[in-house]
Amino acid sequence: MAAVRRGVQGTRRLKLQVFRIIVFVAAGLFFLVPIGAMVEFSTRGVGDQPRTLAAWQSIGTYPDLVAAITASLELAAITTIAMLVLLVPTMVWVRLKLPRLNPIIEFICLLPLTIPAIVLVVGLFPIYNWMGTNFSDSILTLSIAYVVLVLPYAYRSLEAGLASIDVKTLTEAARSLGAGWFTVMWRIIVPNISSAILNSAFLSVALVLGEYTIANNLLYNNLQVEIAMLGRANAGVSIAVAVASLLFAFVVLVLLSFFNRGRGRLQLVELQQVMRTERG
Amino acid sequence: MTIAGAPAITTSAGRPLGGRRLPLDWLGAVPFLVYVAIFLFLPTAIIVGGSVLDANGSLTLVNFAHLSRDYIVKTTLNTIGLSAVTALAGATFGALLAYAIAVGNREGLVRRLTLSVSGVLAQFGGVTLAFAFIATIGPAGFLYLWLAQHHADIYAHSLWLFELPGVALVYLYFQIPLMVLVFLPALDGIKPQWREATESLGGGTWHYWRYVAGPLLAPAFLGATLLLFANAFSAYATVNALINQGQPVISQQISGALSGEVGTFEPGFAKAIAVEMVIIVTAVTVLYSLLQRRTSRWLQ
Repeated sequence: MAAVRRGVQGTRRLKLQVFRIIVFVAAGLFFLVPIGAMVEFSTRGVGDQPRTLAAWQSIGTYPDLVAAITASLELAAITTIAMLVLLVPTMVWVRLKLPRLNPIIEFICLLPLTIPAIVLVVGLFPIYNWMGTNFSDSILTLSIAYVVLVLPYAYRSLEAGLASIDVKTLTEAARSLGAGWFTVMWRIIVPNISSAILNSAFLSVALVLGEYTIANNLLYNNLQVEIAMLGRANAGVSIAVAVASLLFAFVVLVLLSFFNRGRGRLQLVELQQVMRTERG
Repeated sequence: MTIAGAPAITTSAGRPLGGRRLPLDWLGAVPFLVYVAIFLFLPTAIIVGGSVLDANGSLTLVNFAHLSRDYIVKTTLNTIGLSAVTALAGATFGALLAYAIAVGNREGLVRRLTLSVSGVLAQFGGVTLAFAFIATIGPAGFLYLWLAQHHADIYAHSLWLFELPGVALVYLYFQIPLMVLVFLPALDGIKPQWREATESLGGGTWHYWRYVAGPLLAPAFLGATLLLFANAFSAYATVNALINQGQPVISQQISGALSGEVGTFEPGFAKAIAVEMVIIVTAVTVLYSLLQRRTSRWLQ
């Protein structure tokens, strides 16, 4: 009886192993082949010519593309800094002085998750029209909208960071030693939540570099919009840039998961949400 | 640093000046609140308000009446169909993949690797993803060329990569990893003791899945499918990179009515479509969270 039972379990385990191998191989093919294909496509020679890096080398010869890459990098930097300046002091202040406001801030920060980007852009359209005539129509104004998009992810990771330290005690200790509020923020809070700040910065950079919907509908040419336009004229170059931006995003995300080790659950939630905005 | 001493004294003495300080404390939250008021609440108000106003600013329901235009009804149905198909297929394949991960070693390398790759790929969307598939099975993609050389022309009938079936295939690329991320915690909640209990009562594999694991996992599976549906429903960048003409999905119609590139410039109508989209996405999301709550009753 025991032998039969062991036999049944052995067969089941074997079946399970075969099932796992089939599933992993199939998934591996489906997910890796398209990425490999991009690299293949971007290194193709014309006609029967051998492989070449010509497409990669000619990236710099497209002024519109270079401008778009620069703009997206600037947007990423501005958005990240603006987000941190807006969010970190507010969250610390609310924690210390206005605890009753905390759930409201959380609700507001998570709200953009429920609004698809294509919907948000409809409401932003007249605001950007107005700003364009009265202030500036620079592409860098996009960072104002991107801060809103980034809010949920930034809030989550900063909240995790603040929850892991005793903000109140640290602040009171610093204040009783004569520190002003700026010193408290800059030399007490920020160093203590540095990994959370780094996290939120990575998420915001990844999101801004991948953003397409808002820029495209507000008629700004950021990196993704330019890649899409160039794709119609010179597929090789645009796919080369796409691969490059993808690699960059991967590096950012690997760094992110590196800094996030030990907090798997948080990371999971963040990741599954970032992509929704990025695609939206 | 001149004012530094005063609050420290009040803190150590309790809150003697609380009555006077409270209104000033609110000032600290003002910059943030003003920012979100202008760039989050104002746009929302513009959408909702603008959807019931006509060009002259008087109240009207004509924008919503336009939702019954043939092409809007058609694109709405298209989008629902596309989202449902990619949600179901993504959920099915994703659940298989999640199961293959769940039965393996919890601390193993395979699990950690597949999970973090899923985390990255679930985000991979938009223009880059569309290009990846064009480079693979597009008319110049290596897989297409290879298949064509072997007398298997996948575009014999139509260039379906640039139509809705192609969009569905491309969507699976992020739907499957998303399913893995959402569904794996539920699978991890299944206890081996339940299987042993089934067997000690004489039940086989079929009984176990039909009467124990199946019913336990059903709400989680359904909930995850809904999340995938909402995810596909609100997507724009990927489909827009694949299909430039005809605007077959609802998000492209919003963009069209907003820009006036294709049809006429109808900002009020764009807002009405946006409201329609939000209502559908919200309904699905609410159902998802209800199912999620039900799931957590058993699987934690």
